[in-house]
Amino acid sequence: MTALPQNTPKKLGLVIDLDTCVGCHACAVNCKEWNAGGHMAPLTDLDPYGKEPDGVWFNRIHSYEVTDSEGRSQTVNFPRSCLHCEDAACVTVCPTGASYKREEDGIVLVNEDKCIGCKLCSWACPYGAREFDTDQGVMKKCTLCVDRIYNENLPEQERLPACVMTCPTSARHFGDLGDPESDVSKLVAERGGVNLMEELNYKPTNKYLPPRPRRRDMKSSPAEGFLEPVVSTSENPVLYWIDRVLSR
Amino acid sequence: MHPAFSVILFTTASGAGYGLMALLGALLWRGDLAAETTLQLSTLLIGLVLVTTGLLSSTFHLGHPERAWRAFSQWRSSWLSREGVLAVATYIPAGLLGLTLLFPEMVPLNVKWLGLALAALSLCTVFATAMIYRSLAPVRAWSNQWTVPCYLVLAVMTGAILLNAIVVSAGLIIEDIHLVTWILCLVGYSLKKCYWRFVDLDSNPSTPATATGLNHMGEVRVFEAPHSSDNYLLKEMGFSVGRKHADKLRKIALICGFLLPFGASLLSPVLLSFGVVLALAGVLSATIGILAERWLFFAEARHVVTLYYGR
Amino acid sequence: MTDQPNNWTYGIDTSPEVADDVRYTTCYMCACRCGIKVHLKDGKVRYIQGNPNHPVNRGVLCAKGSAGIMTQYAPARLRKPLKRVGPRGSGEFEEIEWEEALETVSGWLGSIRSSDPRKLALFTGRDQSQALTGWWASQFGTPNYAAHGGFCSVNMAAGGLYSIGGAFWEFGEPDWDRTRYFLMFGIAEDHDSNPIKIGIGKLKNRGVKFVSVNPIRTGYSSVADEWIGIRPGTDGLFVMSLIRELLLSDQVDLEYLARYTNAPWLVIQAPGAADDGMFARDADGNPLCWDGEQGAIVNALSADAKPVMVGERTLADRRTAVPAFHLMVERYTNERYAPENVSETTGVEPDTIRRVAAELAHAAFKEEIRIDTPWVDWAGREHDCMIGRPVAMHAMRGISAHANGFHTCRAIHLLQMLLGSIDCPGGFRYKPPFPKPVPPGIRPTGKPDQVKPNAPMPGPPLGFPVGPQDLLVDDDGNPTRIDKAFSWEHPVAAHGMMQSVITNAWRGDPYPIDTLMMFMANMSWNSTMNTGGVMDMLSDRDETTGEYRIPRIIYADAYFSEMVAYADIVLPDTTYLERHDCISLLDRPISEADAAQDAIRYPVVAPDRDVRAFQTVLLDLGARLGLPGMVNEDGSARYPGGYADYMVNHERAPGIGPLAGWRGENGDLHGRGSPNPDQLERYIENQSFWSYPIPENQRFYKMANKAYLEWAVEMGFLGSSDPIIMQIYSEPLQSFRNAARGHGEIQPPQQHRARIDAYFDPLPMWYPPLEETAINTAEYPLHALTQRPMHMYHSWGTMNAWLRQITNRNRLYIGRNLAEQHGLDEGDWVWVTSHHGRIRVQVGVMDGVNANTVWTWNAIGKRSGAWNLKPDGPEAKKGFLLNHLISELLPTRDNGFRYANADPVTGQAAWYDLRVQIEKSEPGEDDATYPQFGGLKAPLPEGPGILRFGDVFRRLRGGR
Ligand SMILES: Nc1nc2c(c(=O)[nH]1)N[C@H]1C(S)=C(S)[C@@H](COP(=O)(O)OP(=O)(O)OC[C@H]3O[C@@H](n4cnc5c(=O)[nH]c(N)nc54)[C@H](O)[C@@H]3O)O[C@H]1N2
Ligand SMILES: Nc1nc2c(c(=O)[nH]1)N[C@H]1C(S)=C(S)[C@@H](COP(=O)(O)OP(=O)(O)OC[C@H]3O[C@@H](n4cnc5c(=O)[nH]c(N)nc54)[C@H](O)[C@@H]3O)O[C@H]1N2
Ligand code: SF4
Ligand code: SF4
Ligand code: SF4
Ligand code: SF4
Ligand code: SF4
Ligand SMILES: [Mo]
Repeated sequence: MTALPQNTPKKLGLVIDLDTCVGCHACAVNCKEWNAGGHMAPLTDLDPYGKEPDGVWFNRIHSYEVTDSEGRSQTVNFPRSCLHCEDAACVTVCPTGASYKREEDGIVLVNEDKCIGCKLCSWACPYGAREFDTDQGVMKKCTLCVDRIYNENLPEQERLPACVMTCPTSARHFGDLGDPESDVSKLVAERGGVNLMEELNYKPTNKYLPPRPRRRDMKSSPAEGFLEPVVSTSENPVLYWIDRVLSR
Repeated sequence: MHPAFSVILFTTASGAGYGLMALLGALLWRGDLAAETTLQLSTLLIGLVLVTTGLLSSTFHLGHPERAWRAFSQWRSSWLSREGVLAVATYIPAGLLGLTLLFPEMVPLNVKWLGLALAALSLCTVFATAMIYRSLAPVRAWSNQWTVPCYLVLAVMTGAILLNAIVVSAGLIIEDIHLVTWILCLVGYSLKKCYWRFVDLDSNPSTPATATGLNHMGEVRVFEAPHSSDNYLLKEMGFSVGRKHADKLRKIALICGFLLPFGASLLSPVLLSFGVVLALAGVLSATIGILAERWLFFAEARHVVTLYYGR
Repeated sequence: MTDQPNNWTYGIDTSPEVADDVRYTTCYMCACRCGIKVHLKDGKVRYIQGNPNHPVNRGVLCAKGSAGIMTQYAPARLRKPLKRVGPRGSGEFEEIEWEEALETVSGWLGSIRSSDPRKLALFTGRDQSQALTGWWASQFGTPNYAAHGGFCSVNMAAGGLYSIGGAFWEFGEPDWDRTRYFLMFGIAEDHDSNPIKIGIGKLKNRGVKFVSVNPIRTGYSSVADEWIGIRPGTDGLFVMSLIRELLLSDQVDLEYLARYTNAPWLVIQAPGAADDGMFARDADGNPLCWDGEQGAIVNALSADAKPVMVGERTLADRRTAVPAFHLMVERYTNERYAPENVSETTGVEPDTIRRVAAELAHAAFKEEIRIDTPWVDWAGREHDCMIGRPVAMHAMRGISAHANGFHTCRAIHLLQMLLGSIDCPGGFRYKPPFPKPVPPGIRPTGKPDQVKPNAPMPGPPLGFPVGPQDLLVDDDGNPTRIDKAFSWEHPVAAHGMMQSVITNAWRGDPYPIDTLMMFMANMSWNSTMNTGGVMDMLSDRDETTGEYRIPRIIYADAYFSEMVAYADIVLPDTTYLERHDCISLLDRPISEADAAQDAIRYPVVAPDRDVRAFQTVLLDLGARLGLPGMVNEDGSARYPGGYADYMVNHERAPGIGPLAGWRGENGDLHGRGSPNPDQLERYIENQSFWSYPIPENQRFYKMANKAYLEWAVEMGFLGSSDPIIMQIYSEPLQSFRNAARGHGEIQPPQQHRARIDAYFDPLPMWYPPLEETAINTAEYPLHALTQRPMHMYHSWGTMNAWLRQITNRNRLYIGRNLAEQHGLDEGDWVWVTSHHGRIRVQVGVMDGVNANTVWTWNAIGKRSGAWNLKPDGPEAKKGFLLNHLISELLPTRDNGFRYANADPVTGQAAWYDLRVQIEKSEPGEDDATYPQFGGLKAPLPEGPGILRFGDVFRRLRGGR
């Protein structure tokens, strides 16, 4: 039922590295491609060849510019998908039980056969992870590729979310964030992974790795003071090498 | 948030309906207008019509109305589900009351207790409706202490304005009812002002920086959105209304929704036949005012998801 | 409406069957050519993923590749051959049968070939079968052939091939796994879309410093440790300043220069003489150098020469000569290149230049790496390890799309050579079949006496001139090619000049043509400059005859692009999932530094339309025309099996064919070997690619690595195993310059002399982009650029239902300060004006852009109705092309003559030299972008109003 599981043995989720993401949209499109025929198929597209094309996507790539106190700015690309929150109000607000969080792994899903399309769960999601399929009249969302990660018809090494498998820069990682020993948990610890909108206490499972500090000045440079002018420009500089005999 | 007409109609109409039935119930509990069966019946009927219209219209914005029955299943966790359950439950005392009033011999039930049940369930239903919004953390304008009182008071107030009109039209004068109406109009007026002061002063702890987890890095500005055309999120939650426009509507809401009805209910009892006209005018004005108020309740509410889009 | 198959938590189908058939082929949503794994369910494409075993993409797939399904099922796909019935540009066609189409075309071409073959211009755009199309053109006998290189990145190809025998453009790659410092110039996406992203991921992972030099900070630049927002067109100065800093602190690898480059070679110093600036050579033509031990002039190629890199020497004939290095030092140590003096022009702080120079030197010399793999050099000397200078660089169109791009590209290669970081561990690495001799040995064909009726040309249309003798000009020095490539206007136009064809054909300059046949290039829209003008030229009629100025246009496209509307006959192509293709070592290879590689495409789905692969159509036409090599003695078709047949059985030279893998009767030979009838099966078994690893000891110093050079000869990559010597000083350029100075039989016409003299500098030089020298820069203060969106491929992305949701309109991005100056806000409308035209567009405001630069995403704007989109599509109403502002010709010079808006050396289109001004547009003007063109009506059924793709797969699974 739509009460949330007390504590799931596994907390499967994504870790997204904002230091590496180049904003290429590969994960978003590959997600669309897999899921269009996947567990929540179809991901309907309205007016696909017309004036205002608008379809259902589970993953969207934003791009921001961040300016620090010294006025130095940098560009940050930001993929946004369901964070499979532990305190997922999108689940508790659901009047039908269509919206649920799996006890075994914490994945938040929608059972379309139960969904009445009241949209309340999408209002309850701060992260815009739920997109309503107007044509089908039901709510849809990231399934964490539940039909890939356990899929015995796929080779072992391909049992990953489509977005993770396709990311060309390897900015996306998948694993059990409930297990402190997992690679993703270690990565989060090491890189100081953060929650989005901490203040709302949804306890997202997905974590974001913030961009590393930029190395753009001498202070941070190993080459500090390395380049010492030795050739004088007062006479013809070529003379400096006149006695150098080399071999081929 | 997108002000969907179905939802506005639902909250306002059912609000007034439940408010009216709550008052009716209270009167019955107190044993007032024991003699006025027709008045009681017509009041009850009007209440039921309003509530039912509201509930029906609320199903229009569902993707699958035919599955609406499923919404009763999650009363343990979901306020929307609870609202559904309570809304239906309210029909029981209402129905029984109707029968008792129509066929006292056949259905000799205690009107007093039915009244109490009716009042209680009506108020609970409105409370549940309010809680749906109250509990949506992503919408600051809703998830605050003013939402529930506003809903409750406005429901009973609109109910009272109606009841006042009914009574006056019936050529009666029932001080308590008129008095209650005056008070509710004033309380409603001040509550709504407090609500607006609150949302205007309220600063959202969520910012583009917290939304992207880049708080420590500085100010975050949108460079490019993920898509060129508006998607569901922006159509549903990206709605925004200009300050000027909103202020105008707020005035309309306050004047038509509270002040005029207040005046109407103040004078209608004393002006006899013209009072009827005045009382009905009060109802009309309240309708306009409260529709405006409810439109703003949605239109002015910002959902945090818009932070991702810099809207 | 039951709870099955899903109930609460349990019972959802976590192991659905994905496909009933999986096929491996090669992606063509762009030119990167990644391996794909296509999942088919019930004959429909269910899912396309990256092939984990494929060397190019290692399992990843970009946004474009991931949207392949929507291209495969796009309503814009052409269905049948079309014959134009309305006026050109109207898009009114009638469908005809293939036989009629092919008969008509071969009729036209037959009469051209028997009269004057030059009158056929065959330009093949985004062509991955240039080995075939180029060969076809020379068998037909016309010199008027090229693919898209001229408007693309020939500056990178030529700049590299004339300097190091490889190139940034696909012929080499950074050593992602070993480099310690990565310097990237002017790249938004590159052809190697996925490899670069994979590489950047590796750098990030290893914490390697990544510096991006780019006026705009998006995409790759957004993750760079340092972004250098340089002023467009000034990289040459920046690089030369780095070179100066390195020279003055003696942080250059002299040993490397002495061994692998022509730095020690003596250059004749005899102003006024015919051979001034040429290399001093001995009787056998060997270059000479000064041997510091013998104190004598010796053969610079001999293994035991002990060269001295500087100093004036007296030649046998008493004339003086100095080493190339000497000249280079004298040039770049000049004050003019001091950081302080280039900083204003480039917009880069002097400190930044100094620091980057220091960091380059530090990485190269203090972070040197050694791989303990013994190897033997060209002279047979054994080395116990491979020394690495772990500095890698990469550059693309930010450098090449400027009229000074050839020299800037050479300057970057010079910087690499000075640091000793070419084909060493951690540096820039050649991809086989590169390195090639500098420049490669092929010369262009098409001189007047090489073009005859009913005869093939004696060689390929394109090549690498090393002097005036190689130019394609007549006795008066006039161009013999319609695009004027290899003429005195653009002598080293190694890839031709497709961007000039339509204008020249329309003007009949140098001569009128009869038929323009094009393939896969949207030349009436995004791949042309002066788009509006070109659209008029394509449909312009001769007043007197009423004939079209370009009498016949044949076009092969797979989709209803803007160009289709201008064709008289449209030959509908297959999609990349429906045809055979070969990604050949003879064309644009997909090798990696560690392996020679090629690949194929084969039909993984059957066309549901009456379409044919263009390559097969071309071979069919060749047979109908009886072109040598395409028919047997008895006149029957040589390749009845079409392109697949050709891929297997064609031999360019004995044993060398389009595909290098599994050759020989029984498929056990690689590189060289007789045709193998089962070759394609073997490729398909191997997931449609062939990867042939290079032994460890051959992986570095390929230009001088004995084992590698010998292997390359075996494989047919090289003609001889002589070492390949990189050219810091380019003698071919000097030979053109000498001609301009009045030496030799073949000299430029008077009007071109000064220009040749100025730009054919044997050492990399910097000069301001040509457009800005011919206009008033105060009037047009801003540089205007475009960038590739990572998720769109030029014009094709738009027909794709998924990709167009991401971007279906574009804005002109301007810096925040500029916006304030003009009182502009996000979404405001502005007029953008260049010396050539005006457009009205919406602005976007950002921080990460050079203060003098505005830019937009490339090729988002579309013509209304094109691509079978609804006429009111946002691409047409809110999208725009910068191309309307770019002139294909430079502003008129005093003598009225107009050169192409291109690099004077290579003819590379100078897209990014564009200068503009902006002004806020009047309110009320802002309904749509300007210009708008008459809408097209596709001769195709409309696309669906609602797309429920994927529904079917769910139903097949027994879901709703
Ligand atoms: N302003 C500006 N203009 C530019 C550039 C820029 O940076 N800025 N870049 C320039 C560069 S580098 C290039 S390369 C050009 C690219 O421009 P184009 O060479 O025009 O390339 P595309 O627009 O990608 O596609 C050309 C045509 O190929 C067709 N096509 C796609 N797939 C197939 C197929 O399988 N078979 C056939 N027969 N046709 C197919 C498409 O329908 C399209 O009509 O643009 C140039 N134009
Ligand atoms: N997704 C996608 N991939 C593609 C293509 C596509 O259309 N879409 N097109 C393919 C083709 S045909 C080509 S040619 C390649 C081109 O690949 P790129 O070379 O990446 O092409 P551009 O997008 O033109 O990127 C040019 C970059 O140079 C910068 N720039 C412009 N002027 C200067 C300058 O003077 N100095 C410096 N340092 N930088 C400058 C621009 O800001 C831009 O970032 O991409 C290929 N790959
Ligand atoms: S695929 Fe990877 S790099 Fe590209 S947008 Fe997604 S996360 Fe970023
Ligand atoms: S991100 Fe939104 S939809 Fe996903 S679990 Fe959290 S609240 Fe629910
Ligand atoms: S839309 Fe569907 S899933 Fe969401 S709350 Fe309503 S019923 Fe539940
Ligand atoms: S996990 Fe699967 S569904 Fe979720 S965003 Fe990634 S690809 Fe899409
Ligand atoms: S980069 Fe993308 S589009 Fe290009 S070939 Fe690879 S997967 Fe296909
Ligand atoms: Mo290109």
